[in-house]
Amino acid sequence: MTETTKPNGAWDVFMSELNALAEDQADRRALSGVDMLMLAPENWGKSAQIARSHDARWAGVWADDLSGRFRVDCCFECQGRYLILRTAVAAEHPELPSHAPFYPAADRAERHVRDMFGIRFIGHPLQEQRWTRHLAWADDEFPLRKDFPAQGFPQASTPPDKDYPFLKAEGPSVYEIPVGPIHAGIIEPGHFRFQAVGETVLHLEERLGYVHKGIEKIAEGRDPVSLAKLAGRISGDTTASHAWAACRAMEAAAGLSCSERADYMRGILAERERVINHLGDMASMCNDVGFAFGYYQFGRLRELWLRDNRTLFAHRLMMDCIVPGGVAVDLKFDDCAAMKETIATLRAELSDLIKIIDANSSLEDRFLAAGVFSPAQAQALGALGFVGRASGQVFDVRKAPGYPPYDRLDLTVPVETDGDVAARFWLRYKELRTACRLLEQMLEQMPEGAVLADWRTPEAGAEGFAAVEGWRGEILCYVRFDQGNRIARYYPRDPSQINWPALEKIQIGNIVPDFPVCNKSVNGSYSGQDL
Amino acid sequence: MLRLYLKALSTGVLTEPVPYIDKDRLLETVGLELKTAIGRKFSRSLAIRHIDAGSCNGCELEIHALNNVYYDIERFGIHFVASPRHADVLLVTGPVSRHMQAALLRAYDATPAPKWVVASGDCAACGGEFGASYASCGAVKNVLPVDATIAGCPPSPLQLMQGLLNTLKVL
Ligand code: SF4
Repeated sequence: MTETTKPNGAWDVFMSELNALAEDQADRRALSGVDMLMLAPENWGKSAQIARSHDARWAGVWADDLSGRFRVDCCFECQGRYLILRTAVAAEHPELPSHAPFYPAADRAERHVRDMFGIRFIGHPLQEQRWTRHLAWADDEFPLRKDFPAQGFPQASTPPDKDYPFLKAEGPSVYEIPVGPIHAGIIEPGHFRFQAVGETVLHLEERLGYVHKGIEKIAEGRDPVSLAKLAGRISGDTTASHAWAACRAMEAAAGLSCSERADYMRGILAERERVINHLGDMASMCNDVGFAFGYYQFGRLRELWLRDNRTLFAHRLMMDCIVPGGVAVDLKFDDCAAMKETIATLRAELSDLIKIIDANSSLEDRFLAAGVFSPAQAQALGALGFVGRASGQVFDVRKAPGYPPYDRLDLTVPVETDGDVAARFWLRYKELRTACRLLEQMLEQMPEGAVLADWRTPEAGAEGFAAVEGWRGEILCYVRFDQGNRIARYYPRDPSQINWPALEKIQIGNIVPDFPVCNKSVNGSYSGQDL
Repeated sequence: MLRLYLKALSTGVLTEPVPYIDKDRLLETVGLELKTAIGRKFSRSLAIRHIDAGSCNGCELEIHALNNVYYDIERFGIHFVASPRHADVLLVTGPVSRHMQAALLRAYDATPAPKWVVASGDCAACGGEFGASYASCGAVKNVLPVDATIAGCPPSPLQLMQGLLNTLKVL
C-alpha cells in the first residue's frame, strides 16, 4: 500500500493548479470535511484535463435543480483524498464541457445526468446517445427537474427500446449475438450485444437501465429513516453498505457523530456483507466453469453465515440494521463469542477448500488468463474494489483518514496484478481472510455504550458527502436537506456505475462460453447502476 | 483429487430433514407437502421461470439459496428453467420497472398455457419500497394477471417454499 492518506506534495500541486482556475479564493470551502472548489462553467473541461495530468481518479458526477439554475458537482480522488468541483449552469442554457474526452468513466455518468436533467455535455463523444432513458419518458422530459412530478406522465404500456444505436462490426463471418434483457438464469436484467467470429468475441456492448426505478426521484421528500431504508434497497446485496453511506452523508449534513460502538457495529455489518457476497461470488464462479464441488462448498458456507445473520440481526441480508444516528441492532457478549467461533471455523474451512482448488487443473485452465483487465486499463477507468485491486489499483476507502472504525484497525489491503478471472477469484479469497481479521479485531476492541444517537434536524440546504468501502468497492453518496428534515436531493454512486465498462473490455478476444465466468468475476450490480 | 473426495465425504450429506431450521422440522414438512402437491397436480415436476422485472437483487439472492445444499429444492420436484417456453410458473420479482414492462409481457406471452404467475417479494406483491412512479409500474398485478403472492423483503428460502405451497393449494 502506498502512502495514500496524508496530504503530500502531489496533492498540493494538484490543488494549486486547480485553485488557479477557481472562481475566487473565497469560494474555496469544505463540504462535510471534503475539499471543494467552485469553478466557472467554461473551466469545467479544463479542470478534468488538469486532473488527468495528475493521475487523479474521476469518481462521479451529479447535478441538482436549484430553480433557475442547475448545480453540478464532480468528485475526484487524488492520493487518497477527495475533491469536489462545483459549478452552476443557467436553466435556459444548460451546457457544460464534457469530462468524457479525458475520463472514460465520465461517459455513462454524464449521459445519466443529461437524461435526468437535460444538461448537455459538449464534446462528449456520444452526446446524443441516451443511457438511463429508454422510452418511459419523452425526449423533452427530465425526471430529476423539480417541476417533473414523481408520477411522471407514463403511457399505459412502455414500448421496448429497440432502436438503440449499437456499434456494428461487419465483415465476412462476423455475426451478432443479442442477449437479454431477460437472461437464462436467476439474475438481473440487462442487454449484451456481442459481435463474434467463430467462438471469439470481437466486441461487446452493454445496454443497461432496464431496472431503473427512479430511486433518486422517490428519495425526495423522505425523512432520514425512510431514506436509509431506500438506500438499503439500491442493491440488495449491498444493503448494509449503501445504508451506511446514506447515513454517514446525512449525519455529516446534520453535524452528528455516532457513538464509537455504533461505528464498530457498522463495520461488523459491512465486513459480514463482504464475507457473504465473496462466498457467493466464488461459488458462482466455480459453477460457471462447471466445478460443482466449489459451487456447493462455498454456497454452504454462505448459507451458514446467512443463518447466523438471521440469529444475530433478525435478517439474513442484514437489511435495515444501519439507521441514521447509529444502528438498530446490538451484540451481546455471548453473540460476540459465538461470532468469533464461526470466524475461526470459516478460516479453517477456507484453508481446506483453497488447497483443493489450487490443485485443480481444470479450474486453473478456465480461470487463468481469461478475461484479462490490464493495470493500465484499470487505471484509465478508475476501476474500484476487487476489479481494480485485482489489476494493481491499490485504492481502498478503508485506508482514508477519518473513516471509523477502520482508522482504529490494522488493515493490509491485498492487491493482485494479473487482472484475469483467477486474480479476481484469489483477491476475493484474500479479502475474505482480511475480513475475518477485521471482524476479530472489531469484536475484540468494540467499546461498551449506546448504539443509537438522537437525531438532530439539519438546516434547510445542509449538504453531506460520504464515501464507504462496500464489498464491491467505493460507494459515494451525496445528500442535500430541505426544510423540516426532508431530503431535497440524494445521489448514490454504486461502484458498479464505474466498473461495468470493464466487462466490455475484458471480454474482447475471449470465447463466448467464457462470458458467464468473466461476467461473474466482475459482478456488477444492475440495480445499483440503473438506480 | 484425494483431498477433494475427502472434503466431500467429510462434509457429508447436508440435504436432509433440516430440523436445524426450526425445531419443528418445518422445512421437511413444507417440502414434503410441496412434493405431494406437485406430484398430484404437476405429475411430480413443476418448472419455474424466474423473471426479475426490476428487483433490487435481494429477492434473487434468496431464490438462489433454494438451490444450495440445505434446501436443494429440486428434490421436491421444483426446477428453475431457462426459457419461459418450458415453464409452468413465472416467478416474478421486483416492482415492474417501466423499462422491463415490454420484456415481461413478452415472456408471459411466450409461456404456454396453462400458466400461473407468482409475484414474489413485497415489491412484486404490492410495489414495496419503490411503488409506482414515472419509472415503475409498481406491483406485478398492474401489468399481468397474478395468481399468488409471496410476502417478504426478501422472502427467505423457507418463506418461498411456503409461498409456493400456498400457491399450489389454490390452483
Ligand atoms: S422485496 Fe425487498 S428484496 Fe425483493 S426486490 Fe423488493 S426491496 Fe428488494
